[in-house]
Amino acid sequence: MAGRTLYEKIWDEHLVAAPDGESPLLYIDLHLVHEVTSPQAFDGLRLGGRRVRRPDLTLATADHNVPTDPISVPVTDPISKRQLEALEENCGEFGITVFPRGHENQGIVHVIGPELGVTQPGMTIVCGDSHTSTHGAFAALAFGIGTSEVEHVLATQTLPQQRAKTMAVVVDGTTPAGVSAKDIILAIVAKLGTGGGAGYVVEYRGQAIRDLSMEGRMTLCNMSIEAGARAGLVATDETTIDYLRGRPGVPTGDDFERAAQRWRGFVSDDDAAFDTTVTLDATQLVPFITWGTNPAQVVALDARVPDPSNFTDPDAASTTERSLSYMGLTPGTPIKEIPVDVVFIGSCTNSRIEDLRAAAAVARGHRVASSVRALVVPGSHRVKSQAEAEGLDEVFLGAGFEWREPGCSMCLGMNPDQLTPGQRSASTSNRNFEGRQGRGGRTHLVSPAVAAATAILGRFASPDEVNQ
Amino acid sequence: MKAVHVIEGRAVALERSDVDTDQIIPSEWLKRVERTGFGRGLFSEWRDDPSFVLNDPRYSGAHILIAGPRFGTGSSREHAVWALMDYGFEAVVAPSFGDIFRNNSSKQGLVIAQLGAEDVDELVGLIKDDPTRLVVVDVEKCQVEVPAAGWTRHFELDAMTRERLLNGWDDIGLTLRHEDEIASYESRATTPTLTGIFDGHGHVVAR
Ligand code: SF4
Repeated sequence: MAGRTLYEKIWDEHLVAAPDGESPLLYIDLHLVHEVTSPQAFDGLRLGGRRVRRPDLTLATADHNVPTDPISVPVTDPISKRQLEALEENCGEFGITVFPRGHENQGIVHVIGPELGVTQPGMTIVCGDSHTSTHGAFAALAFGIGTSEVEHVLATQTLPQQRAKTMAVVVDGTTPAGVSAKDIILAIVAKLGTGGGAGYVVEYRGQAIRDLSMEGRMTLCNMSIEAGARAGLVATDETTIDYLRGRPGVPTGDDFERAAQRWRGFVSDDDAAFDTTVTLDATQLVPFITWGTNPAQVVALDARVPDPSNFTDPDAASTTERSLSYMGLTPGTPIKEIPVDVVFIGSCTNSRIEDLRAAAAVARGHRVASSVRALVVPGSHRVKSQAEAEGLDEVFLGAGFEWREPGCSMCLGMNPDQLTPGQRSASTSNRNFEGRQGRGGRTHLVSPAVAAATAILGRFASPDEVNQ
Repeated sequence: MKAVHVIEGRAVALERSDVDTDQIIPSEWLKRVERTGFGRGLFSEWRDDPSFVLNDPRYSGAHILIAGPRFGTGSSREHAVWALMDYGFEAVVAPSFGDIFRNNSSKQGLVIAQLGAEDVDELVGLIKDDPTRLVVVDVEKCQVEVPAAGWTRHFELDAMTRERLLNGWDDIGLTLRHEDEIASYESRATTPTLTGIFDGHGHVVAR
């Protein structure tokens, strides 16, 4: 028998039924819930007289909507308030553990799963959020679902699923210094395009991936959806196991060693075949930035704004023109000469302790440019406490950054943290869609270190420019 | 959901690629706890523009949306589907779609008809020539038709989605027919649970 890919192993292990003429039914090991995509699902359950089948496999947190002001400041938006209350009420009624605003375990859903150790290798994980792919960093099959599917999982703990095709994205060689996981994934999304991963589950492989920390792997898997893939995976190795050891959700002592032994099996077999393989040379990577209104519109930080007249494909040329006009950019402008108004360091892509350390290392001893508003929004209370224990809050505050409470914040601008029309941001989040960070706002996606350098110089900048 | 057999009506063409779900329904609309009332938020960033195609009276009352490649990529928000349906759309025709959006649509009975890029262009041409032309999206035959122009194209629909649309089946009901298999899976699975990790207030239990 030919070997199996990691995806196929997880799939086989979770297949509940494969009825003729119907979609195969997959068991779901962990269902993460947040306030935005769940209220209508809970309503559906009540209407159908159904219960939550496995509250013990369901975990909820408030994240999308929460203000990032100190907890003493009440939620002023009545609709947000209602949604946050509904989450608590629904979880209370159906017996689900929930972390409301201000709770010590509260945070962005894709940050808290891994840090609590409830995201583990070999699992199937879903959440009503497309960036659920983040958890794939732990060799877990994790993908985003819609509200009807949230209701389906609440009621049955299963999902009808079509088997995906498999894609290996191999990043060979060693990444140069100064190139982060964010730069790797921006390069991958640019290469695949926004639709290139559609229908595939991607497994990231190669030396550059093995060299990444778990935080870096999460950044990478997080943006799989930006290339259209519903899930991204990284095989288990000792980095995975070291990260999990001692976390609240994992077993202790001998039980941990037994679990780890099982987890080590969640790798693709050497002779497994992928439907498609895409290769990148890590040694050629540089810091990247998006210039347009979709995450595949990427250039090197050292480059210039692209010129539509250089595109031979008329569609690409017109899309480029439209994006440039929305972004208010002139073709040929050096990226590093473009001033920014706002810097946002946060989101489930880049709000973990390592991201904050990288940004703080650049900011230390400097001042945010007077024309810039710069926010740091830790991904969770645990990240925030850890950062404070390391004194990072003082570095940021001393440099003139805002140090805020955890949540999705300006990643999608559902809370008061928003761009105003025409404002330009350097953002460590994952989407530069029109209006994503606030109506008329212009978003450029970058790594945490580039974001910090940009805050200090008031224009897009690389970290090495800060000390010149 | 309601059964869907044939959708007939006017169509309107949104000639843009990569219309993501943030564009279909911006996040400020996602705070609602209801499933209805999202039609007002549909494409709301563009609706103020008088030249936006949905504001063109020649296309008012259209039931079928023709879109560019990669329609519905991005966020998993099912609100995008609710908004399209609440506004009055019953089918979307495009060269390609975001995966989650396609899934969400199938749960609500919004028909997703994927045609080749050239066929979509032809269809757009037919509609722009004469916006009153009737377009038919036939789920039974898996066809998009413009009868007045003698134009017919086949689209792929997986057998299960087609059955569900034609019968208006509820997915949860379908799955619960496999209750025995789910229970038997659970009795042999070794899935770790959250039991014992958190106390009644969500605090981690000391070990
Ligand atoms: S941080 Fe942004 S991308 Fe991540 S879950 Fe929140 S809104 Fe979604």
